[in-house]
Amino acid sequence: MGTPSVLWNVAKKCFTVGVISLTVSDLFASIVPVRGASMSPTFNPKTNSLLDSLSDDRVLVEKLCLRKYKFSHGDVIVFCSPDNHKEKHIKRIVGLPGDWVGTIYDVVHIPEGHCWVEGDNSASSLDSRSFGPVPLGLVKGRVTHILWPPHRVSSIERKTSRNRVSPS
Amino acid sequence: MGEWSSRVIPIVRGLCLLYVTHKYLGTTVVTYGPSMLPTLGITGNVLLMERISTRTGKLRPGDVVFFRSPENPRRVVCKRLVGMEGDQVTYVVDPKNSYKCNTIVVPKGHVWVEGDNIYNTKDSRNFGAVPYGLVEGKAFWTLLPRRDFGSLAPKPK
Repeated sequence: MGTPSVLWNVAKKCFTVGVISLTVSDLFASIVPVRGASMSPTFNPKTNSLLDSLSDDRVLVEKLCLRKYKFSHGDVIVFCSPDNHKEKHIKRIVGLPGDWVGTIYDVVHIPEGHCWVEGDNSASSLDSRSFGPVPLGLVKGRVTHILWPPHRVSSIERKTSRNRVSPS
Repeated sequence: MGEWSSRVIPIVRGLCLLYVTHKYLGTTVVTYGPSMLPTLGITGNVLLMERISTRTGKLRPGDVVFFRSPENPRRVVCKRLVGMEGDQVTYVVDPKNSYKCNTIVVPKGHVWVEGDNIYNTKDSRNFGAVPYGLVEGKAFWTLLPRRDFGSLAPKPK
């Protein structure tokens, strides 16, 4: 009589908390760690393979932008990789639909419904220069703030490169 | 405070549970458009979509799938899965004007989709292979119209 109902109450509370936090993290905002140095120095400015993952930056990803899929140049976004839907990448939007983006070899036109993303650390970043424009439907959120480590807490600013992108 | 929260929390929990079911298990979908004739009519189709096959990677060629359009992320589109990554797909480039065919290999991480009504459809022959991350779910049951109630027809050869 005593123990089963206590267990049931605990299970119900865990279920409630789990379902509500899953909904909030899907619809409003969630916190994700940033791996790798492709967005250095914005995220993970000092990478060292000896450093453990506790020192990775943790960022706030807002999901409200997914209502209208309206993004601006310079937004940092989280998106599923076009080559492997299980991997997520964090990069900056450099080109929006209709823009012409200049790469080393040619000028690419961004088709409707796609965007061109690049990492801030051009030297070591796997981005649209390798896999082409990314469909906006793969975007899972927009990074607004760094939350960890404490001395780097700040909001993310839009950084645009006017000389490489010609708007539509 | 305690009274208020004991009424509100079950409601919030119920709504969140509805959302989690809709997003992770499955939902009902209304389709319209001529691109999947004769399998789906132009209007009046209500289908049940499940998202579990997408998550576990159990989609197979021949399944009717829903995915976010590569041309407009706010639209979800319904077509038939024709090729998985690595498959070789042969398709008629422009059925209304010529018999010319093209053969491609579906790139890694992508799928090839085609509408059943090849004369009036915009699919992978127009916008290319679709990244798997855009696939939302698989249609497995027709609710309406009543004469089509049941699992969906395989593609007519």
